[in-house]
Amino acid sequence: MTTSAVRLEHASADRGGRVVWSDVSVEIPRGEFVAVLGPNGVGKSTLLQVVLGLLPLKAGHVDVLGRPAGRANARIGYLPQRRAFDPATPVRGVDVVRLGLDGDRWGVPLPFAGRWTAAGRARNERVREVIDVVGAAGYADRPIGQCSGGEQQRLLIAQALVREPELLLLDEPLDSLDVTNQASVSALIQHVCRSLGVAVMLVAHDVNPILPYLDKVLYLAHGGALMGPPEEVITADTLSMLYGTPIDVLHDRAGRLVVVGQPDAAAAHAPH
Amino acid sequence: MDVQLSWNLVHDVRQLLEFHFMVNALRAGTIVAVVAGAIGYVMVLRRQSFAGHTLALLGFPGAAGAVWLGLDASVGFFGFCIAAALILGLAPAGRAGEQSAVIGIVQSFGLACGLLFVSLYHGFLSGLNNLLFGTIVGVTDRQVLVLLVAGVVALGALAALGRPLLFASIDEAAARSRGVPTRLVGVAFLVLLGVAAAGASQVTGSLLVFALLVAPAATAVRLTARPVVGLVLSVVIALVVTWLGEGAAYFSTYPIGFWVTTFAFGLFLLASGYRAVVK
Ligand SMILES: Nc1ncnc2c1ncn2[C@@H]1O[C@H](COP(=O)(O)OP(=O)(O)OP(=O)(O)O)[C@@H](O)[C@H]1O
Ligand SMILES: [Mg+2]
Repeated sequence: MTTSAVRLEHASADRGGRVVWSDVSVEIPRGEFVAVLGPNGVGKSTLLQVVLGLLPLKAGHVDVLGRPAGRANARIGYLPQRRAFDPATPVRGVDVVRLGLDGDRWGVPLPFAGRWTAAGRARNERVREVIDVVGAAGYADRPIGQCSGGEQQRLLIAQALVREPELLLLDEPLDSLDVTNQASVSALIQHVCRSLGVAVMLVAHDVNPILPYLDKVLYLAHGGALMGPPEEVITADTLSMLYGTPIDVLHDRAGRLVVVGQPDAAAAHAPH
Repeated sequence: MDVQLSWNLVHDVRQLLEFHFMVNALRAGTIVAVVAGAIGYVMVLRRQSFAGHTLALLGFPGAAGAVWLGLDASVGFFGFCIAAALILGLAPAGRAGEQSAVIGIVQSFGLACGLLFVSLYHGFLSGLNNLLFGTIVGVTDRQVLVLLVAGVVALGALAALGRPLLFASIDEAAARSRGVPTRLVGVAFLVLLGVAAAGASQVTGSLLVFALLVAPAATAVRLTARPVVGLVLSVVIALVVTWLGEGAAYFSTYPIGFWVTTFAFGLFLLASGYRAVVK
């Protein structure tokens, strides 16, 4: 078993003929919690698609869970960047979670397999279990379109977790959450990362809610990447340089870092 | 034909089954309702009603062309609907807005072709109404057999696509990451939709296919959020409105398309009302 969950070597990606980032070499060890940060349009989502093998690299090499990208996707949980479900979507939260478990299997489940066969019962158990883990039991039986943005996000995290992945790729999972839920979902992801040894790549715009839990941050900017432990990378000078706008890093009384300034406001000015 | 609706249901059913054409109409209607109810449900789930509508309309030029060439109308229905499904499915995807523009263009071109075929075949105009609005007379044994084979194949394929189709429909990016060939699944589903539309056209006529393809599914969606229950419910509703519609058409002078559409619309209104009250 290799020790790295994701390894990129001199990797370059392009979209529609335009280079998004190039010569990126980073390694994410198994079980580490890494935040992927950077202004809009630098290629954070592109990076996750490369890791999934959905987008071939222009140059360089990428290994995921010891195999070429795309070969180990059954061991990856992926939460795409998303718009909310349409309110009229006639599918329950539990069905959405269930699809993470067996949505890639052809055919339909036998009627009442969940009651009459051991394998079917085990699958139902697993779905309920993971819904409990993310704390979504209260609304999992409601139509997903009628759940709030935060509730939908928890159900989708459950979908990503249901197959006990070794790597979680989460594209802006904290996006539509209020401050309290940002904190509790961050804590949940950290719990999954630590207790199950799952490596996590989490794309975010606001680093503060996850900052206490991070092992590393990976900044994408200026077509390249910079990775390191938060206290090394998250400094006023580095961030201001990466975003091209003044950003301050403060320390609160407990010694925690707080990033001040609106990184997203800089997106419009960020050179590509 | 001298038939009277009475309060004796057994007597009415016996009257219904007295004529072979009516037996065939009921057979064809039953097959078509099951297929359209099931496939229509997935269509509504995937928000592809506009594509379904177009495929249904394209049965008309297909059938008109087939009749003009002296072929069986059902050859034209199935041939055109399936070909159109492939065109829509394989056309470069583009953005969602572009997709519906492509569908719209294909639709109007198809209708224009239909009109051309009708004018080329001079003696045909009396059948035009039937192609557009359906009829209960004139379903042949052979047609029933073709519908049955097509229906069984389509439902088998729908069941085989099963979970990946649902996954791709509600969460495409996640499905693709799990190795579901979402593009292929999408094209395959459009072909099934073409088969369902072609079949339903032969009962309700091209213009009123939606009575079977959309209305039962839209009704079911308002009543349940469980995919499997919804699909079964959609099939049941399609069956009920078809049987009621064919019965009503038999005992009245009004065309089947009108009756099926009316019953489907009535149930849809009831379900919408129920939803509004329960919520
Ligand atoms: N399907 C596509 N075809 C062509 N170009 C694309 C496609 N998807 C993204 N791009 C371009 O690639 C670049 C990187 O996009 P990406 O979605 O990876 O950015 P991101 O960092 O995730 O941005 P955001 O913070 O807004 O989510 C952007 O310039 C975008 O315009
Ligand atoms: Mg993105």
